[in-house]
Amino acid sequence: MVADSARIPVQSISVRRQPAARVAVLGNPNSGKSTLFNRLTGLRQKTGNYPGVTVERHVGRFDHAGESLELIDLPGMFALSAHSLEERVAADIALGRIENEAAPDAILAVVDATHLYQSLALVQQLMELGKPVLLALTMTDAADRAGTLIDIERLSERLGGVPICPVVATTGQGLNRLRDALVDLPGQAPPAAPDVWPELGDAANRLAAELDGTFNRIEIERALIDVDSMFALDVAERLGADGNAKLAAAREAVFGDVPPLAAEAQRRYDWARDVLRDVTQSQPMLASWTNGLARLVNQPWAGTALLFAVMAVVFQAVFAWATPLMDFIDGTTGSLVEATNAWLGDGAFASFVADGIIAGVGSVIIFLPQILILFLFIIVLEDSGFLARSAYLMDRAMRSVGLSGTSIIPMISSFACAVPGIMATRVIPNRRDRIATILAAPFMTCSARLPVYALLISAFVPATKVGVMNLQGLVLFGLYLAGIVGGLATALLLKKTALRGPKPSFALLIPEFRRPNLQTVGLQLLSRARVFLRRAGTVIFAVAVIVWALGYFPRSETIRTNLARDIAAAEQTLAGAALEAEVATLSNVAAARQLEQSYLGRAGKSVQPLFAPLGWDWRVSAAVIASFPAREVVVAVLGTTFALGAEADEDTLSTRLANATHSDGRTLFTLPMVAGLLLFYAFCLQCAATVATIRRETNSWRWPIIAWVYMTAVGYLSALAVYQLGS
Amino acid sequence: MQLSAIKSGLRYVIEAIDCRDPAVQRLMMLGLVQGTEVELGGSALGGDPLEVRVFGNAISLRREQARCFTVAPVASGG
Repeated sequence: MVADSARIPVQSISVRRQPAARVAVLGNPNSGKSTLFNRLTGLRQKTGNYPGVTVERHVGRFDHAGESLELIDLPGMFALSAHSLEERVAADIALGRIENEAAPDAILAVVDATHLYQSLALVQQLMELGKPVLLALTMTDAADRAGTLIDIERLSERLGGVPICPVVATTGQGLNRLRDALVDLPGQAPPAAPDVWPELGDAANRLAAELDGTFNRIEIERALIDVDSMFALDVAERLGADGNAKLAAAREAVFGDVPPLAAEAQRRYDWARDVLRDVTQSQPMLASWTNGLARLVNQPWAGTALLFAVMAVVFQAVFAWATPLMDFIDGTTGSLVEATNAWLGDGAFASFVADGIIAGVGSVIIFLPQILILFLFIIVLEDSGFLARSAYLMDRAMRSVGLSGTSIIPMISSFACAVPGIMATRVIPNRRDRIATILAAPFMTCSARLPVYALLISAFVPATKVGVMNLQGLVLFGLYLAGIVGGLATALLLKKTALRGPKPSFALLIPEFRRPNLQTVGLQLLSRARVFLRRAGTVIFAVAVIVWALGYFPRSETIRTNLARDIAAAEQTLAGAALEAEVATLSNVAAARQLEQSYLGRAGKSVQPLFAPLGWDWRVSAAVIASFPAREVVVAVLGTTFALGAEADEDTLSTRLANATHSDGRTLFTLPMVAGLLLFYAFCLQCAATVATIRRETNSWRWPIIAWVYMTAVGYLSALAVYQLGS
Repeated sequence: MQLSAIKSGLRYVIEAIDCRDPAVQRLMMLGLVQGTEVELGGSALGGDPLEVRVFGNAISLRREQARCFTVAPVASGG
């Protein structure tokens, strides 16, 4: 132990002070909370998970004027009465209900000046928690533009003297004052919360005393109001029959026959409305939202048409814009392979570097431009508020498969990657609807499928024009459609059988359109690029190396001596160019034989009978098996296996695939076989990260196993049907 | 009249709510409570769901829930 601690660098000891005060950052969804959190903590953040729940825990360090605070970024919420998993976590943390996690010492309430009504109702509730509160008023520029003048002094007065800092998070205006106030916050006295419901407070205080202080006033209030919550059930369990009778009597006395949640909302919003009228000098609010774009999108047809047009542009751009960059990466990879071969000559090491590493990893890196363009669009759509609006536009369509519009956001996110898509299902209130959405999301064509599609389409679909569309583009569009149909059919199937339940409800606060924040978009894009490159550098690199080794070893002496003998024989009869051509052919045949008798060849051949009905040879079978941890690996594996034993003039993977044959000389990649292979990749769940995410989000192995078996079966059967009917 | 029948360009005030449906309670948590003024923001294809505006903010809800809110027009101008 002594030796261990001796190795800790001196700097990290001197930084360690007494634990910093913890400040929870709370606010409505879309209030600019995370932007502000990023601004205040910069890159000094870490992301983890709360024990027992799946919601990410964002904690960042805030340093200012020699002081240090710990900021906790919590999911957006409207009230302490949770509706979804995310809201429950936010409420549990604010109330200190999470195990091993003390309640925060102070609260930074983020209030969107354009959504003052909903924000006030939440802030009033947060003030009741008895912690020091600081209010950051965001979007003041947008409120100004809308003609809403907020009397900040009066607002602070109505909120028991809470300090208020107006900020424009995008430009940084007002941030320094906020930083100063934030540093002072933990030492401040808690403000006196506006009393919106004296009867409830009195009843709770009385009950808290009668129950001998087992629970405090706020806890009693929550137990009275959130009748069916986990917390209320927990309280009921801990109270005896007598305590429960008292609780029930108090509930009856305070609420009568009005549902407690409704009564609470009514009280808090009555107060919020009153404050709003008091602190906003002009009241053009009702009409102020009607700017041009919003008005257009509010036309049902125009809005829906715009949604589809945007999606069409996204998928078109993914191909059109990325081509020059991809050609560049492709060229670089090719010349690197050549240079390596020229430099290292023949042998195991040269083959390892050129065919294993450069060809394998390069064939995946080439898709970075496409993936970044796709993510760019999804991030912009999300940040501008367009995704939330699509939930409203698509609610009716989603109802027909038993879900609500809320499920559309995870599904659109899944076009980039199913992992964030599945995590985005946390806002779906009902567990059954959430699981149905989780199982539908991996069917959406994610960015890792793009490399597979792009390779096969560019190799086997002619770039002819069909009307205004390109045939290649049409095939790709069809594959996206196949994914959407597969996902929706799965959701429908589940909602009709295992996950049958009440009709999902739909109630959503839709954020206004706003110009996406460049910094937010840039940071997110950078982090996606990092994730992709890390995957290429670790998982895909490892698989490429393993596949190369399995394909290179063992080397057969017989094949080598036979090759040497055949070349010697050729040298006797031929000369010049003819000799060179003959030697090249002989070398390739030998390389192909080596590959066939390698470990990879043997493994591929042993599973090949399973895939023979799909028209796959052992090389394709081996590549598909190798790509179950991460589907884009198939491109790397095909790149490696078809690089070994390739003809000299086949410089691209596409041409190598096009010329590949079965052992009996039949063309390997026939149209039905390629179509089947594409469908296999459209449906199959070849992604360890997605399986792990489903496990984490559903808290059981049941759903990831069901998803994997089901999707693999759908993929296999589709490929089988297409190949057998087509051939 | 019911919230599901409101016309655009006019302002209404919520007078009564049938709040047994949990989805209606959720809408109340978003600010659709008695005494609040609303106006029609728009609707999706087929007229469902609706988008209503409360103090300028868009809240989306289905017709089914909108029928639980009783509203009355208020004098325009405000």
